[in-house]
Amino acid sequence: MITIFDFEKPISELESAIAELRQLAAEKGLDRSREIAELEAQRERLLKQIFAHLRPWDKTLLARHPKRPYALDYVRLMCESFLELHGDRLGFDDPAIVGGLAKLGCYRLVVVGQQKGRDLKERQKRNFAMAKPEGYRKAMRLFRLAEKFRLPVLTLVDTPAADPGVESESRGISEAIAQSMLTMFELSVPTVAVIIGEGGSGGAIALAAANRVLMLEHAIYSVIPPEGCAAILYRDPNKAPQAADALRLTSESALELGLIDLIIPEPLGAAHRDPQTTALSVRSAVLQQLDELSRIEPDTLREHRYQRFRQMGVYETV
Amino acid sequence: MQRRGVAQTNSEQWVQCAKCRKILFRPDFERAMRVCLHCGHHHRLCARERILLTVDSNSFQETDADLRSVDPLGFPDYADKLRKGAAASGENEAIVTGTAMLGGYEIGIGVMDFSFMGGSMGSVVGEKVVRCFERGAERRLPVILFCASGGARMQEGLISLMQMAKTTAAVSRLQRAGMPYIAVFTDPTMAGVLASFASLADVILAEPGALVGFAGQRVAAQASVGKPPANFQTAEFQHEHGMIDLIVPRKQIRITLTYLLEMFLPVEAPVR
Repeated sequence: MITIFDFEKPISELESAIAELRQLAAEKGLDRSREIAELEAQRERLLKQIFAHLRPWDKTLLARHPKRPYALDYVRLMCESFLELHGDRLGFDDPAIVGGLAKLGCYRLVVVGQQKGRDLKERQKRNFAMAKPEGYRKAMRLFRLAEKFRLPVLTLVDTPAADPGVESESRGISEAIAQSMLTMFELSVPTVAVIIGEGGSGGAIALAAANRVLMLEHAIYSVIPPEGCAAILYRDPNKAPQAADALRLTSESALELGLIDLIIPEPLGAAHRDPQTTALSVRSAVLQQLDELSRIEPDTLREHRYQRFRQMGVYETV
Repeated sequence: MQRRGVAQTNSEQWVQCAKCRKILFRPDFERAMRVCLHCGHHHRLCARERILLTVDSNSFQETDADLRSVDPLGFPDYADKLRKGAAASGENEAIVTGTAMLGGYEIGIGVMDFSFMGGSMGSVVGEKVVRCFERGAERRLPVILFCASGGARMQEGLISLMQMAKTTAAVSRLQRAGMPYIAVFTDPTMAGVLASFASLADVILAEPGALVGFAGQRVAAQASVGKPPANFQTAEFQHEHGMIDLIVPRKQIRITLTYLLEMFLPVEAPVR
């Protein structure tokens, strides 16, 4: 599936022109390198120009881009090795949440992330990364494993929301989200969360109660999807772009508000144009956080995590 | 304005039940703690009424009444909504917190008020809930929270989502101090509040018929195969699925809470 957004259209037109020229050059053995270089320079200028003025809604579309790297892509591209573990030990294994044991630089880690699907079949299997209670219960089981063997935890957050269906309600989706956060707060090992795509409300915070919370440049993090907000605020889901502005769901806003610690820059044109480079940036950012956190005493780590969230909130005293 | 769960108050002497529509004599209705004498429907209470009906008389001392919401994002209409919420509820925010005596035990208590912006949780609600748990941990007080909320307060954006994490962290403080935390789900207890501190209580009680759930009913139905059951997202549904310990009629809540305090606290604790 190829999806091109309005603001990406001129870029992809240039990209297909470049590809055509390359093919022509190869087939006919002609030297078109000057023209190609010119078009590539033009593409670069255009990318810079367009990406310098992205609105929150554009970022929402980028965060949901069907070609954007997903959790397992990052694990594959940035970790030396990974062994996936399965099941919540209560009767279920939710494919919307993946987790396992990974090596990253000099660290052995527990990694937990929400996983979207690449094609229709996988999307359905992974329920569009909308985790059910068993997904969060699998995550908790892995958090406890990390605590037992003193392994730091890395979470990769990418979900539109937790699964809202009847089945999830029957099995206690709210309780699972709350317990997942609580379990993260009780850990005495270093924890790092990276919002890699969509940080969708309760479904996202359930995996993001970490010592350090990082966000990819074009990821979003929001209390409600812009469509839902628009339906309430303007009684019109089509006004999602305005709602995205109001919600301030970009990485820049989250950093400005002091709710995340660091923005991980994406390559020009966003992560899907160069997953390899993006994954390397995530890798070095995570390694740097782990280097800092692994020097802190276990009890202090827990206390720092508590204080990190304790001070969040804006109010006045009269 | 007619709202679900609110008895009509068009006359001084008579009220109409919001559910069965029967007419009730107001003094009888008030004596029954706003529970319909015909159908048993539990009408919503405001925070002050709830406190009066629950704790030992004259024992409530309010805390943190000086906290006020601001509009950190410049969100459309938020300032106006805050003003209207204050006018509708007579409160400064969607929760009233304090200390009180209950059955002779000193407790920390918080009561949410749905008439203030749907009981939504923004910075002030989050902060007051956290202070309630921290006070409980420091002063070794059990904490009782009456929940009534539509969820996180959208108008504070990501800051309100963070209140879920913040209040959850505070529950762990009280747990470490070994003090009991009891939650009472009243109509409605939803979304961001249900998916954070509310669901983490040692014992969870709920009033009959209260709406208790994660997503809005329409969203849940859309996301499901087949029709949701008739009692979907009621306290009774959640009780059937193991998420609520007991459904307790309003007039028995005080005695149930006292019994739980007796069970959890050391025998010498009561200060009479």
